[in-house]
This record gives sequence, C-alpha cells and structure tokens, in this order.
Amino acid sequence: MRVADFRARLERVGSTVTSVVWRVGFASRFLSYMVLHSGTALRRFHLTIAEIYFAGVLSLVIILVSGLFVGMVLALQGYETLQRFGASESLGVLVALSLVRELGPVVAGLLFASRAGSAITAEIGLMKATEQLSAMEMMAVDPIARVVAPRFWGGVISMPLLAALFSAMGIFGGYIVGVQLIGVDAGAFWSQMQAAVDVRNDIWNGVIKSLVFGVAVTWIAVFEGYDAPPTAEGVSRATTRTVVTSSLAILALDFILTALMFTGGNHQ
Amino acid sequence: MQPIVEIRKLAFAYDPARPVLRDVDLAIERGSVVGIMGQSGCGKTTLLRVIMGALRPTAGEARVLGQDTRALDSQGLYAMRRKMGMLFQFGALFTDMSVYENVAFPLREHADLPDDLLNDLVMMKLQAVGLRGAAHLAPTELSGGMARRVALARSIALDPSLMLYDEPFTGLDPISFGVIVRLIRNLNDSLGATSIIVTHDVQEALGVVDYAYFMAAGRVIAQGTPAEIRSSTEPFVRQFVNGASEGPVPFHYPAPTYDADLELAAS
Repeated sequence: MRVADFRARLERVGSTVTSVVWRVGFASRFLSYMVLHSGTALRRFHLTIAEIYFAGVLSLVIILVSGLFVGMVLALQGYETLQRFGASESLGVLVALSLVRELGPVVAGLLFASRAGSAITAEIGLMKATEQLSAMEMMAVDPIARVVAPRFWGGVISMPLLAALFSAMGIFGGYIVGVQLIGVDAGAFWSQMQAAVDVRNDIWNGVIKSLVFGVAVTWIAVFEGYDAPPTAEGVSRATTRTVVTSSLAILALDFILTALMFTGGNHQ
Repeated sequence: MQPIVEIRKLAFAYDPARPVLRDVDLAIERGSVVGIMGQSGCGKTTLLRVIMGALRPTAGEARVLGQDTRALDSQGLYAMRRKMGMLFQFGALFTDMSVYENVAFPLREHADLPDDLLNDLVMMKLQAVGLRGAAHLAPTELSGGMARRVALARSIALDPSLMLYDEPFTGLDPISFGVIVRLIRNLNDSLGATSIIVTHDVQEALGVVDYAYFMAAGRVIAQGTPAEIRSSTEPFVRQFVNGASEGPVPFHYPAPTYDADLELAAS
C-alpha cells in the first residue's frame, strides 16, 4: 500500500513537472512566433501606439502617485538613519540610488503587472471567449500579428518609460520631504546625487532591468490571455495567473540582474 | 462543374478512441444554399471547422474552393479564407470598434483603399443589411439580431465565393429571424456565392436551403431537397423534423440504472 502511495505521489510530481516544462516550451514557441510575426505591429505603428496608450498612459496615475509616496517614505526613513551617522546631506544619493537601481523598475513592474498585465490578459481572453480571434482568423488575419504583437510591443515600450517616471516622481517626493519639510540643504541634496549617480552603472542598468521586466510581464500577459480557456472562469484564472506569475518573475529576475550588474566591484 | 466543397470519406477525431466525424461524404454545388443539420453534438460544427481549414481531417479528403485543405500551410489557408466569409453564432463583433469599423476591418486589412472608396464600400455593405443608420453605434448598443446583421455585412465585405453560417438563427426573435433568412438568400443570389448553413433549427432552415444534409453521431444519415427531407421516412429525420421527444434519439443521456443512482438496492 505504501509503495502504491509513493508511486502515485511520484507520478503526480512527474506529471506536474512535465506539464510545467511543456507549458514553458509552448510559451517560448508562442514568443518566438509573435516576435517573428511583429511586422504588422511595427509597420502599422499606430496599432502599437494605441497599446502604448492603453498600457502606458492609462497606468500613469497609479505609477506617478505610487512613485511620489515611495520617494516620500524613502526620504523619511533614509533621513532617520542617515542623521545618526551625520550623513543627512547624502539623502539625495540614497533616494536616487534606491529608486533608479531597485525600487523604480521593481515597484513600477509590479504595478504594471497588476494594472496593465491583468487588463491585457482579460482583454485577449475575452476576445477569444467571444470568438473575436476566430472571426479574425476567418477573415484571413493572423490574430497573433494583429492583436497580440502590438500589445506585446506596447507593453515592452511602456514599461521602461513608466519606471523612469516612477523614479523621477520618487526623487521629487524625496525632495519635497527631505528638503522642503525636513530642511536638508537643497544644494547638497542635488549635487551629491549628481556626483554619486552614474549614468551607465545606475541609470542604464535600471533601464535594462525595467526593459527585461517589461518583456517578462507582457509576454506572460499576452500568453495567458491567448491560452485562456474560453470561459468566464478560464479568463478569471488566467488574469490571476498573470499577476501572480509576473510578480514572481519580476522578483526572481531582479535578483539575477542585480547579482549580474551590481556585484564584482563594477559599481560605485 | 466541380463542386465548391467536396468531402470524401472524411474522418476526424480529437481522441482516436472517440471519433467526431466518420465516413462523411458530401458535395456542395456552386451557387446553392446548403444546410447541414442535426442535433447538438452530432459533429456539424466540427465539419464546418474542417471546411474552413481550422481542423485537419484525420482521414479522407476535404477539397474547398478547389484545394485540398490538408495540403495547405498557414499562408495557403489564409489565402483560401480571403475567398470565404463566416457568420459566427453570436456575431463575434470586435467590441472595441464601432459598427462602421467592424465592417471596414477586413477591407483595411486586405485592401489598400482610399478613405472615400472604403467609406462607400462600408456604406454599401451596411445598406445591404439595412443598418447604414447604425454605422456609428458600438456593438454593445445593438440587439442580437442587429449584431448578427452587422457581422453578416462584415463577412461579405470582401465579396466571398463561399459563405459559412454557424447557427445563424439561434436566439433571434421572429422579425430578426425573417430578416436573416431573407438576407442569406438574397446575398447568396446577388453575390453569386455559395452558402453553407450549420443549424439545428430544421424547420426554419428548410425554408431557405436548396439542399440539406442530416447528421447524427458524426455521420451523414440523410440528404435531399427540402421536399425530400419533409417526406423522408427515415426515423431520425422524422423525429428531428417533427421535434418529437420519442424516437431514435433518446430523451435520457446514457446513465447507470435509476435504482443504482437512488441506492434502492442497498435499502
């Protein structure tokens, strides 16, 4: 009996692993097909611009407000710690580096997954459930090229811009709290930030991170939508999976990218 | 003249143990309106999907518009579908576009037309279905019958040679139903197209088709003109045409004995 139980459990584990590997393979094939059939999205760029508006512009409110508050909290917490060591003039550096290297790409990515990723999955899933994608195929129009690829590129382009705006807004929030409310010297705040933040090691690496997160989140979102079972429950589950998988992917990728970018003595 | 759709010894199965279509033979002549009828789950929509090239036959041959669908790659399928139109059961209109943009969609995708010519074509298609005045409306503002007429206008935008209708009468009120029936017939004749209607609304369909195929359990079990179908002595056809609850199609889905489910034997 115990041997049978063990065997059944082993079979379940094997089946789960096989299914995960199969799904990753399917998603990879989907990505390569989408990238190879992106001609329409790039040639008729207004399709991609419409998706930049949908994924990017419509996410601005949550990104800007969150950025402002994250920057304000960073300044409060940072000042509290820095003043113990008599280094409160370095508040600008702390706020800027935290935002540009980490919080900007990561928090903007998490918000992007929740706001735009879930919306992309739900939209594509519902188009599938209501046969709009099938109708497109019957009109000899490839839905991956016409519907999915513009959404993918729209998300990929939007994400670094949103992360940059998040960081900029966060620095502004840090300035309001640090300089205007607490009274840190404005000259020290800006000049130390300017001296310590390196374009290549800090800003450029932050942009690369946000671009990688943009690819990951949008890929997951369009794949989950396209692969969703064409039912209300199927679309609902796919939307949830997009948010959960994207968030985990962002955190895991952030660790890997940080390990590659900011270790080995190549940073300030 | 070669039939526009010719199917020989066709079989299809998702799972080899449970075939959906078996040994299907049919030939659809150009210019005709043909019905494929049968109860839900008999395989008629699967047959339609084989004809449109969305499914590949497991065995046998499906020649559509002179081409063997098994031999076509995705580009070949898309080229074939440019000569086909399809009306989905609930219209499948693009909900993020207006009625006008829905009808303009296939023209924008496949023809590089100047705006004024595109506008004329869209208005002509909407006029054909009586909805020119609804061009500015969103799909969510349309009734079920209107949505289906817009979808019909969209499906004939490229003047197809072959029109496919998937359950076009489902859920329509009598007036919308009459309009759709008249449109199917008129558009078929005015475009010089061929139409295939997949439906379980037998009485309604027999009023518009030139020829009908009856399917049951994945096979064609009867065929003929509407007059031949109405006078058929085939028990399944009689049951279906008359809408009788008793006949070869059982009322009950296969189940264990009633006593077993109620656990009467145990007590």
